[in-house]
Amino acid sequence: MIKIENLCKTYKTIQALNDVNLQVNKGELFAFLGPNGAGKTTTIRILTGLTRLSSGRVMLNGFNVENPGIESRRQCGLVPQSINLDQELSVFENLNIHGRLFRMNKQKRIRKIQELLDYVEMGDRKKTLVKNLSGGMKRRLMIARALLHSPAILFLDEPTVGLDAGMRRKIWALIKKTQQHGITIFLTTHYIEEAEFLADRVAFLDRGNIVVVDSPGNLINSQGTWALDRLMEDDMETIYFNDRKEANNYIAIRKDSFTLRRVNLEDSFLALTGKKVK
Amino acid sequence: MIQGTLAVYYRELLILRRRLSRLVPSWAVSPLLYLIAFGYAMGKHVTIDGHTYMEFLIPGLIAMSSMTQAFAISGEINIARFYWHIFEEIQAAPVSDFSYVLGEVLAGMTRAFLAITVILGLGLLFGVVLSCNAWFWLAVFLNSFVFASLAVGLAMLVKSHADQAMVTSFVITPMAFLGGTFFPVENFPFWAQKIINLLPLTHASTAIRTASYGQTPSLFSFIILGVTGGVFFYISVLCVKKAKD
Ligand SMILES: Nc1ncnc2c1ncn2[C@@H]1O[C@H](COP(=O)(O)OP(=O)(O)OP(=O)(O)O)[C@@H](O)[C@H]1O
Ligand SMILES: [Mg+2]
Repeated sequence: MIKIENLCKTYKTIQALNDVNLQVNKGELFAFLGPNGAGKTTTIRILTGLTRLSSGRVMLNGFNVENPGIESRRQCGLVPQSINLDQELSVFENLNIHGRLFRMNKQKRIRKIQELLDYVEMGDRKKTLVKNLSGGMKRRLMIARALLHSPAILFLDEPTVGLDAGMRRKIWALIKKTQQHGITIFLTTHYIEEAEFLADRVAFLDRGNIVVVDSPGNLINSQGTWALDRLMEDDMETIYFNDRKEANNYIAIRKDSFTLRRVNLEDSFLALTGKKVK
Repeated sequence: MIQGTLAVYYRELLILRRRLSRLVPSWAVSPLLYLIAFGYAMGKHVTIDGHTYMEFLIPGLIAMSSMTQAFAISGEINIARFYWHIFEEIQAAPVSDFSYVLGEVLAGMTRAFLAITVILGLGLLFGVVLSCNAWFWLAVFLNSFVFASLAVGLAMLVKSHADQAMVTSFVITPMAFLGGTFFPVENFPFWAQKIINLLPLTHASTAIRTASYGQTPSLFSFIILGVTGGVFFYISVLCVKKAKD
């Protein structure tokens, strides 16, 4: 569905992406994980035709993004990192403009708008001005808008930044549900648990380089099953074990204070990049 | 192509409608002040080419407002671009650069026409009836086309909202005062006339004034306006392409 070959991007002097190679399959939920400034947004902008690439080749559902015809634009739905709604206009008007921009006829527009507002549980908010919506509602509205023209691929750039735990779960459920409708999803995040919970496959991106691509399950297992955190003066040390007994034995013969827990995606990220996400 | 243009235009109209109750007074205030300050103060004693100063001034104000209001679309584009990031939403849509520019230019022209209606209304209050014939509307149309096209291009070139304000005070405001709006161009020194005659607004205000006196304006003015507008429009389309990073 998405095929990225030798993608590089330089902004004047900054090398934002360095030889990125990646393939995302149809129906897959793919997460791009990386710290601030890793190049996540840059990748999404290139994939959706908002930014020009410096070298390499990107194909979306068979269309080259460098010559974005009308058809290739229609393949993508985009939920950008920063809110980009018309604040002075109503929920319905925002969606209606989007439908017009994507050349949907009136009948289809009206039907799909109602359908998607119900889908994101905002069916009763049609007439509300966007500036009067909460942050979580704005995010959900942006998702509804991105889905309005029935894209094949949905791009989500940090969809849960700045939301509380409850709203974040709601959005996660919405994203999962969308995948079940057969839409390929490409999302970026710097929340490890988000990638771990949602993604079929994860790519770790670090300063424009892809460090690894694999499923969260494989990545976690490669580290062992149990992790022991030892608090040190200005950092934390983590030791990995395959079996719980081994870990307990390790603790028994030492005086420091330890926390024993299950290995998660953050551990494999740490091991691979030698630093914490954010 | 048409659908993309209409979508962009539709969006601007919705925003315009939301703001209309605040915009209409703002369209009325400065022309009203000019009419009171210059019209009344000078009106009784001054005639220009056999017309009262008021009759001279109102077509000038119409030229000026159709310029400033058409140009004001650049402010809207900037807010949408730097503040609300709406520009991305349009860039990601299947809308060509040409369709986008056309939609925004039409929105600027609509704004200009609405503002002119307000001035014509004020004119009636002051007892000035102008001849709003086809030549008159054609001149207004071309003038607003010129400045809306210029506005879209500049909005793509500036890097912030502050830059935008600077362009307005260095380009638009001087032109508003010198372009044959308040004083006949013949009153300026000869060398200055040469420069002023290069300004599109001068041709617009001359054409609008001539038409509103019921005479036929010079074809040359229309050609100048049409060509300038076409060139600005074309440059704007190129600027939209360049605005991608
Ligand atoms: N328009 C631009 N001009 C110049 N440099 C840019 C531009 N956009 C991004 N960069 C640089 O490219 C690099 C990658 O930025 P990008 O926004 O893609 O990171 P990110 O992974 O999305 O980070 P975040 O988590 O903070 O959103 C950064 O060093 C950034 O400063
Ligand atoms: Mg980002």
